[in-house]
Amino acid sequence: MKKEEVKDLKHDVSKLIDKYRGSAGGLVPLLQEAQDQVGYLPREILEQIASGMKLSLAKVVGVATFYSQFHLEPRGENIVRICMGTACHVRGAVSILAALEKELGIESGGTTEDSLFTIESVACIGACGLAPVMTVNEDTYGKLTPEKVPGILDKYKGASREEIVQ
Amino acid sequence: MKKRIFLCGGTGCISSGSRKVHAAFEEELKKQLVDQNFELIFTGCHGFCEQGPLVIIEPEDTFYCQVTSEDVPMLVQNLIEGTVYDNLLYQNPETKEKVKTRTEVPFYKKQQRLVLKNCGNIDPENIEEYLAAGGYQAIIKAFQQSPEEVIETIKESGLRGRGGGGFSTGMKWEFARKAEGTDKYIICNADEGDPGAFMDRSLLEGDPHAVLEGMIIAGYAIGANQGHVYIRAEYPLAVKRLSIAIEQAEAKGFLGDNLFSTGFNFKIRIKQGAGAFVCGEETALIESIQGNRGMPRPRPPYPAVKGLWDKPTNVNNVETLANIPVIYDLGVDKYKTIGTDKSKGTKIFALTGKVNNTGLVEVPMGITLREIIYDIGGGIAKGKKFKAVQIGGPSGGCLTEEHLDYPIDYDIVKLGAMMGSGGLVVLDEDTCMVELAKFFLSFTKMESCGKCVPCREGTMRLLEILQRIVDGKGEKEDLDRLESLSRNVIDSSLCGLGQSAPNPILSTLRYFRDEYEAHVIKKYCPAGVCKALTRYRVIEKNCKACGICKKHCPADAITGEKKVPHIIDPEKCAQCGICFEKCPFEAIVRG
Repeated sequence: MKKEEVKDLKHDVSKLIDKYRGSAGGLVPLLQEAQDQVGYLPREILEQIASGMKLSLAKVVGVATFYSQFHLEPRGENIVRICMGTACHVRGAVSILAALEKELGIESGGTTEDSLFTIESVACIGACGLAPVMTVNEDTYGKLTPEKVPGILDKYKGASREEIVQ
Repeated sequence: MKKRIFLCGGTGCISSGSRKVHAAFEEELKKQLVDQNFELIFTGCHGFCEQGPLVIIEPEDTFYCQVTSEDVPMLVQNLIEGTVYDNLLYQNPETKEKVKTRTEVPFYKKQQRLVLKNCGNIDPENIEEYLAAGGYQAIIKAFQQSPEEVIETIKESGLRGRGGGGFSTGMKWEFARKAEGTDKYIICNADEGDPGAFMDRSLLEGDPHAVLEGMIIAGYAIGANQGHVYIRAEYPLAVKRLSIAIEQAEAKGFLGDNLFSTGFNFKIRIKQGAGAFVCGEETALIESIQGNRGMPRPRPPYPAVKGLWDKPTNVNNVETLANIPVIYDLGVDKYKTIGTDKSKGTKIFALTGKVNNTGLVEVPMGITLREIIYDIGGGIAKGKKFKAVQIGGPSGGCLTEEHLDYPIDYDIVKLGAMMGSGGLVVLDEDTCMVELAKFFLSFTKMESCGKCVPCREGTMRLLEILQRIVDGKGEKEDLDRLESLSRNVIDSSLCGLGQSAPNPILSTLRYFRDEYEAHVIKKYCPAGVCKALTRYRVIEKNCKACGICKKHCPADAITGEKKVPHIIDPEKCAQCGICFEKCPFEAIVRG
């Protein structure tokens, strides 16, 4: 990320801080919205939130690292979530993850060099009836086999998100 | 009367392509100039996710499954002509007969859909449809009673918490009612985190107003003026539909100030979780709403006395709240006749795993596993042999063949299992129970918040032992270690997460001890799942030297020529089991 961009984003985050300042329990939604905007939560954003909300940095980082939704490192443009829930597990989620890792050349939790994809393994997507399941951004793909994985990923290479209709 | 086309828009069907089908319907109805004659409704989950996308035509109740956008023109043609499009009807796998209506489909036959009655039958984004289905009648009935009478009604109904705890809902309300203080809160726990469970999501997506109605009645009974729905951020569609429902309920005057001139004010807000399983525990959930790390606190004081912002708070699960309008609609006396002596009403299960018909099912308490798995679920997939069900998620346990005819209700705790939130994962002969226990422990270990030592360290050590066994390095004494450490973690953990995390170990040890022993003594995994404990070899006399195994082996571990029995090189073998699956002569054995 370029320096000027960070400046702009910081400015935006201060608006969010104004929105949640003084609201009890506002830290979690503030972090959620800040992450929506910035894409992740770099240290400078966390520092700004801490000082803006009159909280210690330890408290803010403590909350940000507790929940799996928050990311302190930049992530890829497309987020591939592979479900590791019980139903998916017994129907072969491990082999789907292996296929994903092989296809993208990264491990679960990692981001590809071109920043196009991040793989996350999650506990349950809640589409157990279609196990094994993965999601790419907001799109859900069910009844997967390792062979289907490359084709699904191809849809997201070079396409803008709006073009993808299930 | 206008014909109504109900297209399933639950997460399951959407991922099977129902958005495309929706677009195709809109286009085709317009093209045929019949969009005025038909009403297309994008509903919540119908439950039969396996066969999605689903389309139901009312009033005939015609049931179409696996509908693709390419099917739509022909389907619309049939609709216009008033005929049934045979190609898309469900085929009963046993009788091979085509089934015309939804009620005739075996998957729905044995269900008793009370809480789910609107799911799939109304447009969840339109309050008018909920009203037309008799919605918001329960609050009118409840408001005619005093709050104490409402609590009595719920106590009498026998309703117990559907999130896993199984505590009497009426008593829980009574505690919060009697607690001192003016500001009280109702929290709807929609932090459905059990892997393998999606009943709450489906309810919120398919019938959000029923949950709101239950919350309003709970608020009235307890004397709370504010409600929060704590919902997983991973459920974007449920969040969206719930927000729409709240707005519409406000506009209609079901939420707001001085409701129905009773002087009772009630508002509901949505709080999105941020991904932490432990937040399903009520005190952790409260911490999370307050903007903190979602770590549980010791009870007592219970939330009913000191909850959100230290005020009296009542936390109920989504399904529990959705039962409230059902109790009022049916009347307590009728509601009480459903279920068993100590477990009243129905339970929604997410039926998944190695079963033919996966999906969401609602059944009366006391139904047997056999009925759920074979009558509704259509038996075990791919003709395999039933082994067990894992019931109640990572806090639950397993039930085996001997329990198939045992009634399922809250009392299955006696068997070392629990209904939990309602996950029901069917396992077949290819599932290794030791590996399954390891799977659950790796989940609970990861989700342990770390506040109390027994859970933080205990789940880690338990997982280490299980990992060792799965890797073929276990010893006989490990089984006793697992047992005693499990009991310690259960006895000394702070919250429900730790207190129930070892359940899958104890329950698999209880019913499948021989499988554990095979791993640690015979050094062999009977299900062929644990690679370090699986060996494949060729039985020479059965081998016809056809070469199929050799062709399919990805590790080039098989050698052999025509008319010469083949050999698997154990050094090269990756234990993938493909040769075992492919051999037409049963010449390759495991073990």
